[in-house]
Amino acid sequence: MVTDHGYKCRITNIVPLSEHERLFQLRIVDPRERELFAFRPGQFLMLEVPGYGEAPISISSATSNREFIELCIRKAGHVTSALYEARPGAFVAVRGPFGTSFPMESMQDSDVLLIAGGLGIAPLRAPLYWIKDHRDHYRNVRFLYGAKEASQLLFTYQFEEWKTVSHIDLHTIVEKPDGQWRGHTGMITSLFDDIAIDPKNTWAIVCGPPVMFKSVCTHLDKLGIPMNRMFVSLERRMHCGMGKCCRCMVGSTFTCLDGPVFDYWSVINLKEAI
Amino acid sequence: MIYKVITKPEFRAFVDALVRANTSYGPRQVDTGRDCEPIYQFMPVSSASDIAFDYTVTTSSAKHLIMPFREELSKFSFRDGDWDQEVHYNAPPIVLFGLRPCDINAINLLDEVMLKGAYPSPYYLARRKNTFIIGMDHLPLPDCFCKSMNRHTTDHGFNLFASDIGDRYFLSINSSKAYNFLKEFETADPTEEDDCLLIERRKLIKQSFKTNVEVTGLPMFLDLEFDSPIWEKWGDKCLNCGSCAMVCPTCYCYNVEEHFETDLESSSKQRRLYSCNLVDFAQVTGGHNFRPRNGDRLKYRYYHHYRGFAVNDNQQICVGCNRCGRTCLASINPKDVINDLRLEKESCMTCVSPSPEKI
Ligand SMILES: Cc1cc2nc3c(=O)[nH]c(=O)nc-3n(C[C@H](O)[C@H](O)[C@H](O)COP(=O)(O)OP(=O)(O)OC[C@H]3O[C@@H](n4cnc5c(N)ncnc54)[C@H](O)[C@@H]3O)c2cc1C
Ligand code: SF4
Ligand code: SF4
Ligand code: FES
Repeated sequence: MVTDHGYKCRITNIVPLSEHERLFQLRIVDPRERELFAFRPGQFLMLEVPGYGEAPISISSATSNREFIELCIRKAGHVTSALYEARPGAFVAVRGPFGTSFPMESMQDSDVLLIAGGLGIAPLRAPLYWIKDHRDHYRNVRFLYGAKEASQLLFTYQFEEWKTVSHIDLHTIVEKPDGQWRGHTGMITSLFDDIAIDPKNTWAIVCGPPVMFKSVCTHLDKLGIPMNRMFVSLERRMHCGMGKCCRCMVGSTFTCLDGPVFDYWSVINLKEAI
Repeated sequence: MIYKVITKPEFRAFVDALVRANTSYGPRQVDTGRDCEPIYQFMPVSSASDIAFDYTVTTSSAKHLIMPFREELSKFSFRDGDWDQEVHYNAPPIVLFGLRPCDINAINLLDEVMLKGAYPSPYYLARRKNTFIIGMDHLPLPDCFCKSMNRHTTDHGFNLFASDIGDRYFLSINSSKAYNFLKEFETADPTEEDDCLLIERRKLIKQSFKTNVEVTGLPMFLDLEFDSPIWEKWGDKCLNCGSCAMVCPTCYCYNVEEHFETDLESSSKQRRLYSCNLVDFAQVTGGHNFRPRNGDRLKYRYYHHYRGFAVNDNQQICVGCNRCGRTCLASINPKDVINDLRLEKESCMTCVSPSPEKI
């Protein structure tokens, strides 16, 4: 089912997040297909805008949410621009879920560091919800989130809820502050100065642009977090999502099958990865 | 496998009957090259007289008869703000005649890719199941190196295979379909002498290879030489035309594209053969290209053929037909590139390994 036909979905809601990013809420039309659809944090879908094409998009909602699928999408090119023309009620399709996921169970009874840059928050929302749903299983959960400008910070309307309901220690930072910004400024790595990390007992998930992976993961490595406990989600061009078209290949690794979630040890052993 | 021998005229009669009754493709001369050598391609044939039984090699491989350059994956039809997606796996039965062992091996490799793994391709399966393959052996051309890749013989992937033993063909029958078709024709069980003739034929083929490419340990060489300047050297010659991948029997990387029909009431989703040598192969949205230079892309093609696939499936995906080398306008071919790579490493090995006397 996941391979050639997509699940037909109705766009039920569109939430503007920033100038170029919106949250699309989709509902699989067929109740049986809706019931069958399940995913793990970190997995992605191929989102189809019929007539225009498909794009790989991380699933940004809770795995426990069986009614809706949320996708946080940047208007970036051919397919995503066509999607931005759609109104609630329109029909799109999804294939999937595809790819590997964050090992949420292995992280139990440890501290968790979630680190996102810009749109990197999209794949981080699913693990965040997972932690929220199983909060007792995790120790300190810290979320470091950075963007170029304050207006590019996404999901700000959920920050209070994450902090107070889910007890997630949220730190935000922007590179270029405007007059209104009262928080931290600078690169995301400078947020590490404020928090004490227990490297023996911490797992990290890092999502953002490739330059950020390098600087953040090098920093975490210096702090003593083993590379096989840091996870990143890689981006590549994808046309099939199924290990056939080879567009996403890095060496002998398929980002769509063996990834997009990789531990950092695997990534530094992959030439051309970041 | 059942073995039989058949006279050449009777084999022709068999082929004639088969291709008259079925949609068939075989080697045909389509042109003459600059060097006055005939140019062959797999083309539709409707009688044995259409077929060039003694052809040398086809410019393009038989791949595109199983994995067409362009293939419709599905169709959307639009109405009142809603749409329907139609998916078909239709593949009419076809007969492919005259495939060389390396070409059959190439299809076996494509089978590995398209039919195995988590997501087998139903489109490929439909075509493959409906394809009847008749192989024929041949003496290698001066630049064939399929023996180096151990792809110069094959024992599976065909319905019937004909080896030339003088005035007759030695037939290896590998499917009940082929056995049934052949029943109507006069064949004989091979004698001991026929077996000897087959062995002699195999020996002759083996000894006729003039090109050898040393591929042992190549995956590791390629890893060590990731940053070698030879990639830039060959990359500078490459025209990024993608012809090598189009003619290669095992290149399968593809694009998926969608097009509205002009009436805007329907659209077609198509798979199109692509090449990793094309500039935008690894370019992502926003313009970042993970393989920005010609050399990066050329290297990747070699990595996929001689390393990546070897690591994943314990075999190299190149079959040594040298179609890519013959087609390349920039004269880039696997033998020269690989030799260049090895020489660099081997000369460097000799200078770092101390000779026993000096210790
Ligand atoms: C695992 C993964 C997760 C991602 N998650 C997100 C996310 O959560 N949110 C987000 O905004 N972005 C995400 N991205 C990035 C996103 O996939 C790209 O921004 C998206 O592909 C842009 O598509 P586009 O067509 O608008 O861009 P373009 O630059 O126009 O096209 C790029 C892609 O579109 C497809 N394409 C192009 N032309 C055609 C055509 N004619 N027919 C069919 N397809 C065509 C191809 O697949 C191509 O790779 C993710 C990427 C990956 C790999
Ligand atoms: S190697 Fe030759 S055939 Fe292949 S893309 Fe480069 S120039 Fe074209
Ligand atoms: S020799 Fe060239 S064309 Fe033939 S299989 Fe190898 S890479 Fe492909
Ligand atoms: S997207 Fe086609 S192989 Fe990964």
